[in-house]
Amino acid sequence: MRVPILRQAKYLIASIQSALTDQELLQLRDDLLDQAGRYRARGVVVDVTVLDVIDSFAARTLRSIGHMLYLRGAETVIVGIQPEVAISMVQLGLDLEGIETALDLEEGLAWLDSRTG
Amino acid sequence: MESPARVPIRSDADVVLARAQGRLLAAELGFSSTDATVIATAVSEVARNIVQHAGRGELQFDTVRDRDRVGIRITARDNGPGISDIDEALRPGYSTASSLGLGLPGAKRLMDEFEIHSELGQGTQVTMTKWGS
Repeated sequence: MRVPILRQAKYLIASIQSALTDQELLQLRDDLLDQAGRYRARGVVVDVTVLDVIDSFAARTLRSIGHMLYLRGAETVIVGIQPEVAISMVQLGLDLEGIETALDLEEGLAWLDSRTG
Repeated sequence: MESPARVPIRSDADVVLARAQGRLLAAELGFSSTDATVIATAVSEVARNIVQHAGRGELQFDTVRDRDRVGIRITARDNGPGISDIDEALRPGYSTASSLGLGLPGAKRLMDEFEIHSELGQGTQVTMTKWGS
């Protein structure tokens, strides 16, 4: 299933609705890159609240999304990482180095506002 | 030992199914939500390893008991090319198929017991166990 991407002023909000396959995660990356350019987005929120597993592939892809969007002039914030998921990620040795995170959508949007003026 | 559940692994959609199966069994056995997530994450790594390196294989989920402890044992099997240097494959950062190289070492860190048997040209079997308290 394709992740819906909403436009809100100068931001894009990708709200993941269910567990994603590797292919669907890569599709999300490509869709965000495409739409960020087309709509001249200044910021992107990726909401991962429903993900009950973030493994090495998902972490790497989320990091790529942030780095690639940065190269296209947009800030990225990952929101909604669940506490159990955070524990598993740290035990596995994963991080989202260089990527901004926030508790939820509201905090994520507030951070983008502070960054993009 | 109860009858095992098996999940064939042929595509990245099967990786998602295997995760769900791991979480379901962990919940049935009374593992905490955190441990169920840890188990599902380890399952995801070994299942993806099959898709990336062997193309196809299967995961088997068993309930194991030891005195008053109950555990979940996951066996991942494939008939792929095998791993030439297992110590190297378990070192974080080791990577072949353009993965981050955290798959197998990551799964090992998440589980209580972890073993790999592999023969070149024959395939690989990973057996990993998590014990409840």
